[in-house]
Amino acid sequence: MQTIDMATTPLRELNAALQAQAQQTNQTQWVIENPKGAHAVAVGLDAPIEVTVRGSTGYYCAGMNKQATINVTGSAGPGVAENMMSGTVVIEGDASQYAGATGHGGLLVIKGNASSRCGISMKGIDIVVHGNVGHMSAFMAQSGNLVVCGDAGDALGDSLYEARLFVRGSVKSLGADCIEKEMRPEHIEILKDLLARGGCDAKPEEFKRYGSARKLYNFHVDHAGAY
Amino acid sequence: MCGIVGLFLKKEDLRPQLGTLLTDMLITMTDRGPDSAGIAIYGDEAGGLKMTIQSDTPAQTFDGLDAALSAALGAPVTMKIVDTHAVLSLPEGSEADARAFLKEKGIRVMGAGVSMEIFKEVGLPKDVAARFGIRAMGGSHGIGHTRMATESAVTTLGAHPFSTGDDQCLVHNGSLSNHNAMRRVLTEKGFAPQTQNDTEVAACYISSRLAEGANLGEALEGTLEDLDGFFTFVVGTKNGFGVVRDPIACKPAVMAETEDYVAFGSEYRAFAKLPGIDTARVWEPEPATVYFWER
Repeated sequence: MQTIDMATTPLRELNAALQAQAQQTNQTQWVIENPKGAHAVAVGLDAPIEVTVRGSTGYYCAGMNKQATINVTGSAGPGVAENMMSGTVVIEGDASQYAGATGHGGLLVIKGNASSRCGISMKGIDIVVHGNVGHMSAFMAQSGNLVVCGDAGDALGDSLYEARLFVRGSVKSLGADCIEKEMRPEHIEILKDLLARGGCDAKPEEFKRYGSARKLYNFHVDHAGAY
Repeated sequence: MCGIVGLFLKKEDLRPQLGTLLTDMLITMTDRGPDSAGIAIYGDEAGGLKMTIQSDTPAQTFDGLDAALSAALGAPVTMKIVDTHAVLSLPEGSEADARAFLKEKGIRVMGAGVSMEIFKEVGLPKDVAARFGIRAMGGSHGIGHTRMATESAVTTLGAHPFSTGDDQCLVHNGSLSNHNAMRRVLTEKGFAPQTQNDTEVAACYISSRLAEGANLGEALEGTLEDLDGFFTFVVGTKNGFGVVRDPIACKPAVMAETEDYVAFGSEYRAFAKLPGIDTARVWEPEPATVYFWER
């Protein structure tokens, strides 16, 4: 196991070391100590390594992640796992604004609450929030799944494209063109898998599904496969 | 951008460290705004009124000022000069006369109150804090700001915190869009802002509401109705400390609470050196929600 202490190692050196890990690396376990709210911790990784960040992080932790599994034991600042491509990011505490924004793939798990704009413009990422999400979550979300085990704030799924939204608790209000949809057996299956991967013991049947009414953008069924 | 911090102590033990804790919090926020910095601190009450004044030519301006003001008021006045600022101690009830005297001399009043002192200048937090010896100051609570200027010029008077009422001060991250209309409303009410800065309008708004009988929570609640734009405000009063964010809440904010204190920071980094932060309750204040503490 490799340990990097941010009290003594500069941020760029830390990220360079993590980014230099190759596909076949045998240094698969990394621990980062003393993040103390630092920005851009463990960004741009592209190897199947496991990174544990012991503490809380600032802006843009785990941004652009590919393949890596990153676990933050505290809370994360704005833009955690922004534009993630693949891999897994787990936040044990809360996440600030726009968690998982624009993510193309991979799994983001937030065990506490996420604040506003969670999953804004998501493009294929799966996000599982054990607690609540704030206002404007999944704004213009294009594809992927957002699972909220608690409540959602105002304007959920405003201007939504084809992302699926599952909420167990209350939704303060739905955004433009976002509607509640029938929960069919295939959605229960998708949700069951997401909850299992997100380490959440909620029952899929307790959730409601929300999606796009497809009146705000030009949906054509021939393009359904593109999402 | 802009970086704001605040610390409200619940117990006496940390009082001597307040200046050091606030200084460290503010220095951590330096890269959110390099233009000017300031701190308002609620220190010991000296039994009268404290008035913090500022001059760009302190050597000449402050020379003999205490004696001259004392003669004009017919009452004892003491003065503690700190760099470009000075803290005058006056008998209670002499504020209006003192303000008139200082205005005639062209001396800027940064704030007044029985416990609040306020220090702000153009420059980085570490330099401003060092010039005014903030680290050595004790007190019960305080707020600080490091500025990236948007709505008005980079000057001492454009620096935060703004104080527009006795023992009241405010710092702001954001920009207001209806401050000109609100400035006219407040001027008619007798709470005319002294600068072209948007944040001072918010400070005057809160002072006007408090003067009308609102409590701190109600005054902060009013900002959500009457002020338009982006804001996270942190406000201090003689016994209170409050926080409010606009409904969109783009401007970052995080809070921490332990048995010893309530802390506010633009980012979690600001808390890194606070005692007991690893076990503190840390949360992001909700949009359009007022938080306040009073002792």
